[in-house]
Amino acid sequence: MPPGQGSAASASSADFSDITRTAASLRRFLHGLPGVDQVGAEARAASLGTRSIKTTAKAFAIDLAIRMVDLTTLEGQDTPGKVRALAAKAMHPDPADPSCPMTAAVCVYPDMVASAKQVLGDSGVNVAAVATAFPSGRAALDIKLADTRDAVEAGADEIDMVIDRGAFLAGHYKQVFDEIVAVREACGSAHLKVIFETGELQTYDNVRRASWLAMMAGGHFIKTSTGKVQPAATLPVTMVMLEAVRDFREQTGQMVGVKPAGGIRTTKDAIKYLVMVNEVAGQDWLDPDWFRFGASTLLNDLLMQRTKMKTGRYSGPDYFTLD
Amino acid sequence: MSRIDVRKTYKLYIGGAFPRSESGHSYVVNDTKGTFVANAALASRKDARDAVTAARKAFTGWSGRTAYNRAQILYRVAEIMEDRRPQFVQAVVQSEGLASAKAERVVDEAIDRLVWYAGWADKITQVVGGANPVAGPFFNLSTPEPTGVVAVLAPQESSLLGLVSVVAPAIVTGNTVVVVSSYERPLPAVTFSEVLATSDVPGGVVNILTGSAATIGPWLASHMDVNALDLTGIAGDTALATDLEVAAAENLKRVRRAPAAEPDWTADPGTDAMTAFLETKTVWHPIGV
Amino acid sequence: MADKNVVSTSSTTGVFEYAPAPESRSIVDIKPSYGLFINGEFVDGHGPGSGAFKTINPATEEVLAEVAEASDADVDKAVKAARKAYDKVWGRMPGRDRAKYLYRIARIIQERGRELAVLESLDNGKPIKESRDVDVPTVAAHFFYYAGWADKLEYSGFGSTPLGVAGQVIPWNFPLLMLAWKIAPALACGNTVVLKPAETTPLTALLFAEICQQADLPPGVVNIVTGAGDTGRALVSHPDVDKVAFTGSTDVGRAIAKAVAGTDKKVTLELGGKAANIVFDDAPIDQAVEGIVNGIFFNQGHVCCAGSRLLVQESVAEEVLDRLKRRMSTLRVGDPLDKNTDIGAINSAEQLARIRELSDIGEAEGAGRWSPACDLPSNGFWFPPTIFTGVSQAHRIAREEIFGPVLSVLTFRTPSEAVEKANNTPYGLSAGVWTDKGSRILHMANQLRAGVVWANTFNKFDPTSPFGGYKESGYGREGGRHGLEGYLR
Repeated sequence: MPPGQGSAASASSADFSDITRTAASLRRFLHGLPGVDQVGAEARAASLGTRSIKTTAKAFAIDLAIRMVDLTTLEGQDTPGKVRALAAKAMHPDPADPSCPMTAAVCVYPDMVASAKQVLGDSGVNVAAVATAFPSGRAALDIKLADTRDAVEAGADEIDMVIDRGAFLAGHYKQVFDEIVAVREACGSAHLKVIFETGELQTYDNVRRASWLAMMAGGHFIKTSTGKVQPAATLPVTMVMLEAVRDFREQTGQMVGVKPAGGIRTTKDAIKYLVMVNEVAGQDWLDPDWFRFGASTLLNDLLMQRTKMKTGRYSGPDYFTLD
Repeated sequence: MSRIDVRKTYKLYIGGAFPRSESGHSYVVNDTKGTFVANAALASRKDARDAVTAARKAFTGWSGRTAYNRAQILYRVAEIMEDRRPQFVQAVVQSEGLASAKAERVVDEAIDRLVWYAGWADKITQVVGGANPVAGPFFNLSTPEPTGVVAVLAPQESSLLGLVSVVAPAIVTGNTVVVVSSYERPLPAVTFSEVLATSDVPGGVVNILTGSAATIGPWLASHMDVNALDLTGIAGDTALATDLEVAAAENLKRVRRAPAAEPDWTADPGTDAMTAFLETKTVWHPIGV
Repeated sequence: MADKNVVSTSSTTGVFEYAPAPESRSIVDIKPSYGLFINGEFVDGHGPGSGAFKTINPATEEVLAEVAEASDADVDKAVKAARKAYDKVWGRMPGRDRAKYLYRIARIIQERGRELAVLESLDNGKPIKESRDVDVPTVAAHFFYYAGWADKLEYSGFGSTPLGVAGQVIPWNFPLLMLAWKIAPALACGNTVVLKPAETTPLTALLFAEICQQADLPPGVVNIVTGAGDTGRALVSHPDVDKVAFTGSTDVGRAIAKAVAGTDKKVTLELGGKAANIVFDDAPIDQAVEGIVNGIFFNQGHVCCAGSRLLVQESVAEEVLDRLKRRMSTLRVGDPLDKNTDIGAINSAEQLARIRELSDIGEAEGAGRWSPACDLPSNGFWFPPTIFTGVSQAHRIAREEIFGPVLSVLTFRTPSEAVEKANNTPYGLSAGVWTDKGSRILHMANQLRAGVVWANTFNKFDPTSPFGGYKESGYGREGGRHGLEGYLR
């Protein structure tokens, strides 16, 4: 799908200019958001996880989940060869079944974007690049912006940035806000996902605040984690973020996407997330334009389950490619 | 020609696994008639050190479980023991020289003791805790919490019932334990540890060192990461008990002193064995709009 | 077999439709007819007429089984069996042995958990998700908890002498759970029991009787006499019953209290409620909405402690209601055996009629009525989750217990007004408080005249936690150490 489409206009920052004008006003707004009760939130997420998704619903969910995967490799040992193999897999996940849909995107480090682009071309699978001194975010702003521009120039359709968690936890919300705004600008027409690293933010209250902060700053997507820190994505954390995007649209008319990343390994997990999207944010988010899975091993499990639904037999890892 | 039996090697139980002593040492265990039974691992100070590490590691998880969950697990231990009743009877006959019928009663009592303690997990808080009516607009609540890692010198004579009676009260409330078993009668303890390993008890909650209380005791008593000490196993040895209590004072361990003689284990235990290893936390909170 | 008549209430139009996910019925083996369980075996009933009545599945109106009706003579026989078992076996049995029987029962309940859950959903109408995840596990836990008290009564603070024979009458809303709340503490303390389940939900009690047999429970310790109002009356007024325990309506509770006057019978009553669920402006709002939904729609609102009055602070009322309506639109009403069903069937035609009547009154009195769009099946007893806004204390739907999925919404301005309105009722079973401020939680808890106060949560039950009411919601407590008091002298 082509990048930069949809409601990319920055109407939101105009709506919130009073709130984001000063550090004090931004802090007051964020601290004035309703709290999240941990026990209640986790209970609701767990309850949604007991939904039983079978037969036609399961088949629908599996195909949708495949289409939502940002197939990811973010390793120090990545090479062009590795990235090209991954890109090929993204376009044809199941060599035995051409009817299997493509994934949404491939997610790589900025210096691997070109290799991915070579293979993906205009197939419709996007290239997402992490940037801004991923995963730690600990670098000067101009370096983070250069990192971003580099990825965009190489052809990235989407940029997954990390927020400065140190600044956030120290209460320097305005600084975090301004950085997101700057990165958004450096993205040009590429879509921006903002990674919170929820494992480091620890409380659901912080996740709610980070969500509003990122949305007001113009992020197209809010994302849970880098996948390098435990815990990464969880159902309740994602639920709080889905509530935030739902409330944001209620207030501004604008949609923002959600991406849980890291730790989602099985089809069963992925389906729980889709149920949560369905019942918390609503059907409009059940689309790769508005919901993604940041994952690597998940894809093969989705393929195995898809195959089982078609053949009626449990499958095995030998029948799916390891790239 | 009678069948040649496959004889068991008796090892330590640390962190959910069954290692030999790091020292490589073992010692001879005879039955009450003096006949050779086995070479049991002779625990060293390093084994004790490792056991304390394992117990500490297991503490957060074990004390963080619901009381109901701990009760279920202890009840499961009793179920598995019941299932292996003949094996335990034989172990007690061999170790303590009791007649079969008497040994059966001892094993039954040990299983029932475990069931009794299992039922305390979700009740002790209601019996020793409670709200306090302070003279001010404050909510005030006292609740018991497990103290941490407890080093236990298990009784020398009652190698199964006595053992259960010092281990269960410590762990049912959430503590983890390092146990030095009876020196001359260690085998029921080892069989007991095999039951623990197959009863959903997380590794490290109970660690059993076969060996000498006189050798290992001082290392546990002086260990700065042990929170409490149960000296039941050196009943009557006033000199050693005093030394250990002095060593324990270095980090103010809670000490359950050695009795003059090994008690009658069939008597009602009361709640002391549990409360000895509980802290009381009292929380205040204002009441107002 | 999935009921093809039921459809989701979800407002999403067709994109992610949940396919039917039926729990199989094959695990239950419902007999065509059941006798009474007296002295360890099933025997015929001799009630008036045919001596039997039918129990149906409220979701489909299919007849599940024929159940014996106990006459006065049957009740007498059961009490005699209980007395004999008390005198000769159970009353003198060491606590540790009683404990073991109760542990066995708890274990078997766990082992047969799915079977019990399916049977409960068939007979009661509640969703399998609830009977499987809430009712049955709590039942097992209740037996485990009280098993552990049997040999520790000297630590209870209430003595360690049992009363004798307990006559127990339970309602249809949580059939097996109410049975556990009655039988577990009674037996742990050394009493024997004669229990009458509700006439619309006898089947899990009868399966429990089989479980008692599997556990080799001595005959006569537990007796189950099925029947309706007459059987219950005969039981509670039987001269050889030492203790009466009743859960049900305040009206019947009042009649029981009068009937035992002047006797030596100890009595505990757990009656109706009209709980206030109070939401302050600083509540964690998404969890508060969950708490409101859970408070009144869990178990179809057939809950004595249901949060049936929402008291929302006026400054956030509109926002809370908008979110509540949006949340209600994702509730799935339908086949109780479908694992995705949130709201099941109303337990009986009578109850449905009552709910409808009071709802019509609510409308007539001027309250604003709202339900999400629902496709309800044509047979069975169904009522959509419903809220009434603009309700005031004077409205009947603010005062009378509806016992269905119907929420009355009132507003308040200040904490003291919330307290006043919450307490302004003859009932006093439970209350909910939603706020982020700790001191306010404790202040409200202090002021609310209710036996159970839930802060930032609702409808939470645990065997260790005492449950019971103030005022006309009854007296006595079930659960926890306090739950022993009613069964000891």
